[in-house]
Amino acid sequence: MFYIYCPYCGEHREEEEFHPKGQAHIERPKEPEACSDEEWGNYLFFRDNPRGVHHEMWVHAVGCRKFFNMTRHTVSYEILETYKMGEQPSITADSQNPPRETVPVSHPEGVRA
Amino acid sequence: MQRYSGFGLVKHALSHHENWQRQWRNPTPKKQYDVIIVGGGGHGLATAYYLAKEFGIKNVAVIEKGWLGGGNTARNTTIVRSNYLWDESAALYEHSMKLWEGLSQDLNYNVMFSQRGVLNVGHTLQDMRDIQRRVNANRLNGIDGEVLDAKGVQELVPIMDCSKNARYPVMGASWQPRAGVARHDAVAWGYARGADAHGVDILQQTEVTGFKIRDGQIYGVHTNRGDIEAKTVGCVAAGNSSVLAKMGGFKLPLESHPLQALVSEPIKPILDTVVMSNHVHGYISQSDKGDLVIGAGIDGYNGYGQRGSYPTVEHTLQAIVEMFPIFSRVRMNRQWGGIVDTCPDACPIMSKTPVKGLYFNCGWGTGGFKATPGSGHVFAASLAKGEMHPIAEPFSMFRFHSGALIDEHGAAGVAH
Ligand SMILES: Cc1cc2nc3c(=O)[nH]c(=O)nc-3n(C[C@H](O)[C@H](O)[C@H](O)COP(=O)(O)OP(=O)(O)OC[C@H]3O[C@@H](n4cnc5c(N)ncnc54)[C@H](O)[C@@H]3O)c2cc1C
Ligand SMILES: [Zn+2]
Repeated sequence: MFYIYCPYCGEHREEEEFHPKGQAHIERPKEPEACSDEEWGNYLFFRDNPRGVHHEMWVHAVGCRKFFNMTRHTVSYEILETYKMGEQPSITADSQNPPRETVPVSHPEGVRA
Repeated sequence: MQRYSGFGLVKHALSHHENWQRQWRNPTPKKQYDVIIVGGGGHGLATAYYLAKEFGIKNVAVIEKGWLGGGNTARNTTIVRSNYLWDESAALYEHSMKLWEGLSQDLNYNVMFSQRGVLNVGHTLQDMRDIQRRVNANRLNGIDGEVLDAKGVQELVPIMDCSKNARYPVMGASWQPRAGVARHDAVAWGYARGADAHGVDILQQTEVTGFKIRDGQIYGVHTNRGDIEAKTVGCVAAGNSSVLAKMGGFKLPLESHPLQALVSEPIKPILDTVVMSNHVHGYISQSDKGDLVIGAGIDGYNGYGQRGSYPTVEHTLQAIVEMFPIFSRVRMNRQWGGIVDTCPDACPIMSKTPVKGLYFNCGWGTGGFKATPGSGHVFAASLAKGEMHPIAEPFSMFRFHSGALIDEHGAAGVAH
């Protein structure tokens, strides 16, 4: 069970109030008509899907109903931070050293932000 | 290879079953193979088996980072069916179904394939319309199927709550009598034994950590046990496919998600078919040991951790108890997760890639166990000929650029 900090509500709430919404920071092409099939397909379907640090969108579905971003490790599931839409992550795969995967997980049930 | 038979069982009883031959060797990796298969799950092992047996390519290695079947193959709930909506998927899964029907004989290994039928239950008018459409499509493709009304469902499954008082009353179902379940470990082991007997090297505890690529052509892999060369490499790594693609320098249209399942304590035989419901979102069967085998949908977030969240387990069991109030006091024994590689159109990818000689077979998501024989067979044919087999052709990764998706979402739902 995740215990998620909603950056808009300013509170930790249980996972069931939220829905994950996939990779964050994907920008819709400014001019879809000008895209090649490949560019448009990449935008719609192709994802990073990393084994490690992942930036993803969540929605506080039964709370404030706002979308926000989360940086989370996809192996330990540890939530590293949550931040508002339009903001940039402060933790990235490159800033994670050594990779989290080798660090023992202290809270196997999913962790506090 | 020592063949198995009833007579053999009696013979070995005389020596207290202490002299059975090992089912496969544990060889040291050679420097070079004709074909390398990355991933020792059912699909990878089946690919190797058919490569050696049907296409005469015996200098093959299967490279597995853990143990055979330790990925999704031996974590899945083993539902086998072929009643998919679209022609492309129907062809693929029915090809597989036909191989299932002779598999134990072919492998000389009892995969315990049990054609006990699968019900896909409908609870709304729209469900029933979709079911009708799918069953009609199935029949046009030569796949068995019937539409049942609530009474027909009740007759098949007397313990199910088909009353009008249910919160989501059962209105009917599709029924595929040839569908069923099989023993997942036996599938991995049977293919491994068969492949080994044809000379395939199965390398366990060997992890592929990179690809050797020169001028856009693959010529080998890096592993934790040294480099191994081959001009043809097939990756069949399910939930870890995106990680391997990244090593090859490209992306796939996949997301890796945890998918969980549970089994109950063993109880006496009570359910002799498989019941799946997209609407209340859960499915159930009973294993030969007597435990109820239960599953539902993925955890919505990306995850490689082979475990998910408790709310998903709770929703799954709510759905089961909704359909089977009689099971409300049954205790669950074990619960686990696998990492499934879901594809946007809920269909697999069997494909060439931007790297020459490097092929991927992935994206089976929540429902690839049923396809193990067929997938292995057509993938082997593709690797052997260097051209995708006609059944595999529509499942190219480049369909996500051309737009020729095969949208099984409607037909699949709880897609196992
Ligand atoms: C809980 C659950 C229930 C399911 N229920 C059903 C069902 O009822 N019916 C159905 O049809 N399907 C079901 N599925 C889906 C099915 O299990 C899979 O689609 C299928 O087993 C995939 O087989 P595979 O051989 O491709 O993958 P896997 O069995 O996962 O094999 C992939 C292998 O690749 C190895 N690997 C990965 N990376 C590397 C590397 N770098 N180097 C070396 N080896 C590597 C892994 O260790 C793994 O053993 C279910 C899945 C789950 C998790
Ligand atoms: Zn909120």
